[in-house]
Amino acid sequence: MNTIAPDSGGNVLLLVLLALPVLGALAMYPLRRNIPLAKGAAMGTALLEFVLVVVVYLSYSTEAAASGTRFQLEFSAPWIPAFGTHFAFGIDGIALVLIALTAFLVPGLMLFAWAEKLPEGRTMSGYFALLLATEATLIGVFTATDVFLFYVFFEAMLIPMYFLIGRFGGPNRQYASVKFFLYSLLGGLIMLASLIGLYVTSAEQLGQGTFTWTDLQAIAANTPTSTQIWLFVGFFVAFAIKAPLVPFHTWLPDASAEAPIVAAVLLVGVLDKVGTYGFLRYCLPLFPEASRTLAPLVLILAVIGILYGALLAVGQKDMSRFVAYTSIAHFGFIALGTFAFSSQAFAGAALYMVNHGLSTGMLFVMVGLLVARGGSRLISDYGGVSKLAPVLAGCLLLAGMSSLALPGTNSFVSEFLVLVGSYPREPVYTILATVGIVFAALYILWFYQQTMQGPVRGNAVIGALERAGAGGPGAMIDPNVAAKRGSGFPDLTKREIGVLAPLIVVIVVLGFFPGPLLDVINPSVAATMQEVGLPDPVSLGGIAR
Amino acid sequence: MISSVLAQVPVAPISAPAVDYAAVMPLLVVLGGACVSVLLEAFLPRHQRWPAQVALSVLVIAVAGVSLGIYAGDAPAAGVTTLSDALAIDVPTLFLWGTLLLLGLGSLLLIADRSVEPGGAFIASAEERAAVGATVGSAGTSEPGDEPEHVDRSYGAPGDAPTMQTEVFPFALFALGGMMGFVAANDLLTMFVALEVLSLPLYLMCGLARRRRLLSQEAAVKYFLLGAFASAFFLYGLALLYGYAGSVRLTDIANAAAGSLKSDALLFGGLALLIVGLMFKGSVGPFHTWTPDVYQGAPTPVTAFMAACTKVAAFGAILRVLHVAFGSTHWEWRGIMWAVAIASMFIGAILGLTQTDVKRMVAYSSIAHAGFLLLGAMAITREGVSGTLFYLLAYGFTTLAVFGVISLVRDSDGEATHLSQWAGLAKRSPILAGVMTFLLLALAGIPLTSGFTAKFAVFSAALQDGMAPLVVIALVASAVTAFFYLRVVVLMYFSETPADGPTVTVPGAFTTVAITLGVILTLLLGIVPTLALNWAGAGVLAG
Repeated sequence: MNTIAPDSGGNVLLLVLLALPVLGALAMYPLRRNIPLAKGAAMGTALLEFVLVVVVYLSYSTEAAASGTRFQLEFSAPWIPAFGTHFAFGIDGIALVLIALTAFLVPGLMLFAWAEKLPEGRTMSGYFALLLATEATLIGVFTATDVFLFYVFFEAMLIPMYFLIGRFGGPNRQYASVKFFLYSLLGGLIMLASLIGLYVTSAEQLGQGTFTWTDLQAIAANTPTSTQIWLFVGFFVAFAIKAPLVPFHTWLPDASAEAPIVAAVLLVGVLDKVGTYGFLRYCLPLFPEASRTLAPLVLILAVIGILYGALLAVGQKDMSRFVAYTSIAHFGFIALGTFAFSSQAFAGAALYMVNHGLSTGMLFVMVGLLVARGGSRLISDYGGVSKLAPVLAGCLLLAGMSSLALPGTNSFVSEFLVLVGSYPREPVYTILATVGIVFAALYILWFYQQTMQGPVRGNAVIGALERAGAGGPGAMIDPNVAAKRGSGFPDLTKREIGVLAPLIVVIVVLGFFPGPLLDVINPSVAATMQEVGLPDPVSLGGIAR
Repeated sequence: MISSVLAQVPVAPISAPAVDYAAVMPLLVVLGGACVSVLLEAFLPRHQRWPAQVALSVLVIAVAGVSLGIYAGDAPAAGVTTLSDALAIDVPTLFLWGTLLLLGLGSLLLIADRSVEPGGAFIASAEERAAVGATVGSAGTSEPGDEPEHVDRSYGAPGDAPTMQTEVFPFALFALGGMMGFVAANDLLTMFVALEVLSLPLYLMCGLARRRRLLSQEAAVKYFLLGAFASAFFLYGLALLYGYAGSVRLTDIANAAAGSLKSDALLFGGLALLIVGLMFKGSVGPFHTWTPDVYQGAPTPVTAFMAACTKVAAFGAILRVLHVAFGSTHWEWRGIMWAVAIASMFIGAILGLTQTDVKRMVAYSSIAHAGFLLLGAMAITREGVSGTLFYLLAYGFTTLAVFGVISLVRDSDGEATHLSQWAGLAKRSPILAGVMTFLLLALAGIPLTSGFTAKFAVFSAALQDGMAPLVVIALVASAVTAFFYLRVVVLMYFSETPADGPTVTVPGAFTTVAITLGVILTLLLGIVPTLALNWAGAGVLAG
């Protein structure tokens, strides 16, 4: 009861973190007539935000977290007393790494979109404003420590993404954006039912309803299992749609295929992580009994997702849809780690969220670079690109290797942790999931071979070369000659290298030194372990470094 | 025999009831203002009427608002009843009065605007109707509702700009006064009188549209006929309840129901008939059939007035009847009301999907919202009352602004209400499209808008009172309604502009103020709703 009305105030750093992109997005409107200035301002905002996140990262104390401080840099102010809601912000290690991922990706994405050709009638300032708005809502989602506030950001997140897809997307963008919005909204509304239920439960137990996360967590153990299960299901459905787990996944391939590349990166790389983050932060600690009871069901969905997503990825013709299906397989791994209830698996799942954001982000960027050159999203329209653009091909290979979790890349660490951590409690599901790794190698290498290796071929590549060739339209020139001239299908430009270089560095460095991230994640993982109330099958000390 | 019975009853001296003038002052001001408005209409020359009527209406609402504010400042939390208990002035009444006055102000501003439609959206004289009928009949080719332009200008001196017909102002003030009486009525007879005072002007106002005369008249007739039926239902219910309880006072009915061994048939028969009459006014499905036609046919400012204020008044009355008279018996009637609420939500949500006219779409949305409101009204708790009150406030302003926006999108035939005409609107008028999107998101219940706060308040009250399945159903219905709101957003932002699309009129000052009022309140009630929530929850229904 003592924390039901915490006095307002606290550290304003997180508020600044939240307000900055909002202000940046608003500033795009008066700057809309001066596009270079608007782009500069947006980029400046995104970079400043990244610097601020670094400051936050450095001021986050792992010692305090290890000694039992659940949240740091907390800020709280009463919002709607009638509902017991607060403007309450705070971070734990898992939220922190996801915020860092968001702030790291956005400037690069802006650089990627710098000279993008937008659909007719759309302006760059609107585009960047929506990117910044998405960033703001994501930071809000990860920093909220009031469940009501979390819900508000969870729903608000849809709106900028909806407009990004619907206004700046591909030919089928109307269908994709509405499907995305309705799916997510339906999930959100089901969650709202549980949210209200949670509030009513807390009112019954405490005499006064509250949405403060720590208070709700404290009463979680006293909530009857049947109630917990109903509430869990509401939250779970919303997060499973967001993540997405397999029966709820059909919106993702459409949305990510039609979205502009930068939106696809944010959507699959970060926005979907809100679902898996929600499992770890909300489902498990707030409904521990229900989570344990229903874990087998979730694990079945997770394993189906791993195998089904991988199989469908093999069969895709469209590059963006291909990446979307590989992601569905990866989300299966994250869910497996989350519902395997061991600290290694938790840490693996949390790290996996970051790593998947990086590797899939890079894969999407590579797809975007190919589409920018060839003008087609079909895999069969490309072939032998490595002869024309070797650096591009090399980057694609690295992104692919990171995606299939080759040792030495970032994803290996997290996938390994998930599998090692899941095995003691769930050997059968873990073994099945391991099969997914084989599939991953299959679809990534297949994709690379189709597009990059062999003779120069494919309508998009040949078409690009012909357009650039000396002859008029339709004049056939020898692709190998064109390749030597370096025209038509150019290799990476300096700006594109600028986009990719930080990603490559981080992917490789985290492959060898995941320590900085794991140090931040581990104390929060230990706290989550405690909240779930199950003994850890492997002690925390055994975590690989 | 009756005379002998009567003879035995000692004749009590009839004394005038005590009146708490401070409490009823807002109501008196509005009704008095309406009478003055009639006089102005009768005695002022035509060219002076519009400024005089506008000034009077705004003044009346302002004075009523000030007197309401003064009284509400130190009103007893338990409320008072006055005029020998015919009116109950309690916190919900005061809250609803405040809501009605503000919404009435907004609607009157929309009504008064002459710049959007030259000369205002209204027409009144009987000759016009005849002339229109003749034109359509003789031409034979034009569609009903597509009257030639010159009809609009055939009155007044030739060459003059068309003047505004100002009968609508006294109508609106009387309707507003009736609504205020309706939500305060503490006995069923007062409620019935107030019902008629609010309804009759509305029937007339529906038929006043300057354009699309036939649609407008059809709407008025339809509304009048069905409304008369609904009034009859209400009266039958009143009679049955009087037979059961021996009184028309709501508290007496509650007492009779609590301590009685009589058959419940009269009680629940009476409630059923009574509530049908009330739900008709609140356009709750399945008693909604008038709503789409009337919303579409009535002049848009009048539709705004009806959609916002009538809903508030009807649900204010439903709240009072259910809570004060039938609160103790709610286990018996709630099952049926569940069915009604579900029907209303799904009729609104599903039929709304098929609409191609913006005004009809908003009408079906209003039916779905009536279902959501019913959830709060059925929760016989303090939270139920405050949640419903807040919902009415939030919904009223959003709807008012929506109709304000609709009145701005026009082509040469007047308002362009067909959905296909809204395609690509964001390109030509980004601000209007942005405002409309925000309002539609509020209707869909997206967080940071008043719609979300309101839904949360109502649904949590319902859940606390043991209606969890209904809440889940309501949330599913919300998701369905979101689809048709979203369709408009998709059209405005993602579709290509048709070549001969409508233009967006630059709104006059009045319309701008009304829309701004609606948008600001929608935003404020979404972000900082504490003040309104606290006021709504500050007291209980008296009685």
